Amino acid sequence: MRDIATNRREFLQGTAALIVSFSIDRSQAAVAQGQSSSKSVSTEQVDGFIGINRNGDVTLYSGKVDLGTGVRTALAQIVAEELDVPFAAVTVIQGDTALTPDQGVTSGSFSIQNGGPQIRQAAATARQALLRMTVTKFKVDPSDLSVTDGQITSKSTHRSVSYGALIGGKNFSLEVDKMAVVKDPANFKIVGRSVPRVDIPGKVTGQFTYMQDFQLPGMLHGRVVRPPGIGATLQSIDEDSVRKIPGLVRVVRTGNFVGVVAESEWGAIKASRQLKVSWSTWEGLPDQSALWDHVRGTKIVKEDVTSDVGAAPTALAQGATRLRASYDFAIHTHGSIGPSCSVVEFRDGGLTCWSASQATHNLRKQLAAMLSMPEEQVRCIYIDGSGCYGRNGHEDAAADAALLSRAVGRPVRVQWMREDEHGWDPKGPPTLIDLEGALDARGNLIAWSSAFFLPQGAATPVALVAATLASLPRETDIGPGGILNDTAIPYSVPNMRTVAHRLETTPLRPAWIRAPGRMQNTFANESFLDELATAAGADPLEFRLRHLKDARGAELLERLASVAMWERAPAKPRDHGARVATGRGLAFVKYELVRTYVGVVADIEIDRTTGEIRVKRFFVVQDCGQIINPDGVKNQIEGNIVQTVSRTLMEQVTFNRSRVTSLDWGSYRIIGFPEVPDVVIDLIDRPHEKPWGSGEPSASVVPAAVSNAVFAATGVRLRSVPFTPDKVKAAMVRA
Amino acid sequence: MATSITLNVNGQTARVTVDDPNMPLLYALRNDLGLHGPRFGCGLGQCGACTVHIDGNAVRSCITPLSSVGNRSIVTLEGLGTPEKLHPLQQAFIDEQAVQCGYCINGMIMEAAAFLSRTKNPNESQIREALASNLCRCGTHLRILRAVRRAAAQT
Repeated sequence: MRDIATNRREFLQGTAALIVSFSIDRSQAAVAQGQSSSKSVSTEQVDGFIGINRNGDVTLYSGKVDLGTGVRTALAQIVAEELDVPFAAVTVIQGDTALTPDQGVTSGSFSIQNGGPQIRQAAATARQALLRMTVTKFKVDPSDLSVTDGQITSKSTHRSVSYGALIGGKNFSLEVDKMAVVKDPANFKIVGRSVPRVDIPGKVTGQFTYMQDFQLPGMLHGRVVRPPGIGATLQSIDEDSVRKIPGLVRVVRTGNFVGVVAESEWGAIKASRQLKVSWSTWEGLPDQSALWDHVRGTKIVKEDVTSDVGAAPTALAQGATRLRASYDFAIHTHGSIGPSCSVVEFRDGGLTCWSASQATHNLRKQLAAMLSMPEEQVRCIYIDGSGCYGRNGHEDAAADAALLSRAVGRPVRVQWMREDEHGWDPKGPPTLIDLEGALDARGNLIAWSSAFFLPQGAATPVALVAATLASLPRETDIGPGGILNDTAIPYSVPNMRTVAHRLETTPLRPAWIRAPGRMQNTFANESFLDELATAAGADPLEFRLRHLKDARGAELLERLASVAMWERAPAKPRDHGARVATGRGLAFVKYELVRTYVGVVADIEIDRTTGEIRVKRFFVVQDCGQIINPDGVKNQIEGNIVQTVSRTLMEQVTFNRSRVTSLDWGSYRIIGFPEVPDVVIDLIDRPHEKPWGSGEPSASVVPAAVSNAVFAATGVRLRSVPFTPDKVKAAMVRA
Repeated sequence: MATSITLNVNGQTARVTVDDPNMPLLYALRNDLGLHGPRFGCGLGQCGACTVHIDGNAVRSCITPLSSVGNRSIVTLEGLGTPEKLHPLQQAFIDEQAVQCGYCINGMIMEAAAFLSRTKNPNESQIREALASNLCRCGTHLRILRAVRRAAAQT
C-alpha cells in the first residue's frame, strides 16, 4: 500500500539554504477536490468506499482514521484481500467530509469491528461487479473466472482483463450488496498477517506529514490566550502590550475568546505570552481535597440501571458473608505528546479545516453551527496528528483556528501550547463506585450490587472551548462518552443490580479517554470481585471460572493460567516483614459484555517503607475474534498496558478553585522507560469469527490487576487510583 | 529588527532571517528550513520530541535559543538518515515496528543515536536510563527498547 502523505511528499534534500516546504496534503486535497463533485460519500454505495483508476490502483475512502493505531494498514489489508489486489496497490484517504463516508467517530475500538466489515462488503461488492462485467465481456460462466492481483482470467478462453481496464476512472454506481459473498478466511493471504505498517518509514525519517507539519501558502500562526479561571469574564485587553512584536497581525477578541495572529509562529507565541488581559475572578471549581464528597453530593439527574437480576437487596441481607467497599478513579488527561493543532482557511464562501479530529463529520457540524454556516460550506479533512486516546483538544484547536482565520481573512494555523493541552483538553471524569456483595456459606457469590457516580450524557460531540468562550452557538450536552459500559459484570450471579447515578455536572469538562468508563468501572468490579474471592477463601482465578458461564471466557482464563503459570491458591500475603514484597494479581473483562475478552496477570513489587509500586510484568491473553494484523494487535495491547500502568500508578489532574494546575509533564507525571513493565502477550486467533476491537479492551483490566497484586503482596487493598506512594503508605497504616 | 543567522544544518550552510535571535532553534528548523523531524511537544525541555544533535550531543531544540548555536553542527532526524539510506536506528525502528502515533519517535531516535555513539554494548538499564527523559504516550516503550537493542547490536 502506498501512503500519499508519506511517500509522495517531495523529499527535501536540504540543498537550499531556505527550503520552502511542499505539502502533499494540499495537493492531495486539490486533486481530490476536482473529483469531489461526483464522488459518492454514501456508506450504501461502493463508490463511497472504493475507487479504481486505469492503472488498477485502488483507493480506499475510509471514514475511520488512523490515530496512530495502524488501522490505515489493517483496513487496506482488508480491501486488498477482498478485491484480490496486491497490498501495495491500495491507497487510503481518511476522514475527509468531501470524499469519505461518515462511518462514525473513530473511537471505542470500532474501526476494525464496525468499519472493517463495511469496507469489506464494499470491496466484495466491487469484486463481484467486476466479475459480472467480465462474464458479459467474455461470455463465459462465472466459475470459469479467477482473479489474481487485480487481473481476471478465463480458464477456458485464456483471455484476461484487468480491473483498471474494466472500471478504471469510472464509478461503480452500485449499492453495497449485503449479500455479496466475502472470502472464506481459509483462503486469506493478506488478512491475518503482520503486514508492516505503511506509515512507519516516513515517521522514522522525518518525511511523514503530521497535522502539526501541514502548511498553506499565505498561512499565519495563531495562539490562544485562555482565561485564568475557566468561567472568568474578560474585562479589558491592552493591545499596546504586544504592539512592538514584529509581524503581529491582529489581537482577536470574541466574547471571552482571545487569540493572537502573527506572521511567524514565534511571534504568535510571544504575543500570547505578553498580551495583557484583565479577567474577572472565577472560583467555580470545588475543593480538590474534598473531591469525592463533592461528587457524592452532586445532584443526580437520572438513574441508569444497567443490570437487574433476582432481588439483590434481599439476597445481600441473607448472605453468610457480606462485603462493602468504595472505589474511586481520579480525573485524567489524555496527555497527547504533541499539543492539538489545526489549520483553517476560508475561501469562496466556504471553510476548509485540516485537523487530527477523530470525528471530522461531527466537527463539520460543530464548526458550521458555531459559525452559523451551512454545513455544505464546511469541509473537514483529517491529517494524522499526535495520538489522542479519545477526545483530546484537536476539535477545540480547530474551532480556535476557525475563529482566528475568520477574523483575519487568511489561513491560520493554531497549535496549542503544552499548558493549553494539559489545561483545556476535556478530561476523563472523576468516577466514584460503591459496591456490595454477598457470599453463601459455601463461598458462592449470591448477590452483587453496585452504584456508579458518573456525569450525565453519552458519546455526543463535546462542546467546543472557543464556542463556549465566545458564546457562539454550541451543543449544551455533556459528552463523556459511553461510560456506562462495563458497569454491569460478565459473571452469572443470581441476584445482581448495577445502577449509575448520573450527575448534573462533574468538575472540568468531561470527555472520553481511552477505554472510557470501561477502565474505571472494571477497576472497581474486578478489584471488588477479588475481595469477594478472598472472603470466600478461593483462588481468584477459580472464583472467576466458577461464576463465568461463558465458554470463550473460560477458555481464555484457562489459557491465561497456563501462560502466566498461575498457582491456584487463595490470595494471601506473602513475604511478611520483607521491605520489598512481591505479588501477582489477576483481572478479566468481556468488553462491554459482548465482545473482546482480555485476561491479565500482573507481577508487582512494593516497597513497604516508601510505598512505591513497581510493575514488573504483565501477562495478557486476548481473544478479539478474527485478527487482521497480529503485530498491530500486539502493538495496541502493549500500548494499553503501559499507558494504563501509568494512569494507575501516578496520574491525576490537579486543580484549584479556578483552573487546572497540572499544566506540564512535571506536575502531571506519566510513566518513563525505567518504570515500564515487560508485557507477555498470547493472542487467541479465531479467523472464522467476527473481528472485534483491540484499541481499548486491554486497558480496562490494568488497574484492578495491579490492585489485586498489591493485595497479594501486602494484604492491603488499594481502592483509589492513582496508587501514589503517599496513598499506598496511608493504606498500609490503615490496614 | 530582522537578523540574519547562519546555521550549519545536516552538513549544509543554512541562513535564516529572524526578528528575535532568542527564538528557539526548533522554530527555525521547522518553519524556516522545513525540517519536520524535530517536533514541538512541550516547549519546556520535558518530553524530548524536539531533540536534535548539536556537535553530536542530544539537545532539546525547543529551549535552545538560536543565538546560542553559533557555527556548531546541527543534525536533525532528516540528516541522520534518509529513506534511501537509513541510519541503523531508523532501520531498527522499522524492523521492530516501534511506532504508534510516532510523534515522539524523532526524540527517541535522536536521543538513542547520541547515546549509542558514546556507549558501546549498553545493558538494558543503561538504555532505559538514557531514554528516561523522553516521553511516549502511546506506550511504545517496549518496542523502542527492542529497536535500540537491535541497533546497538549492529553498531
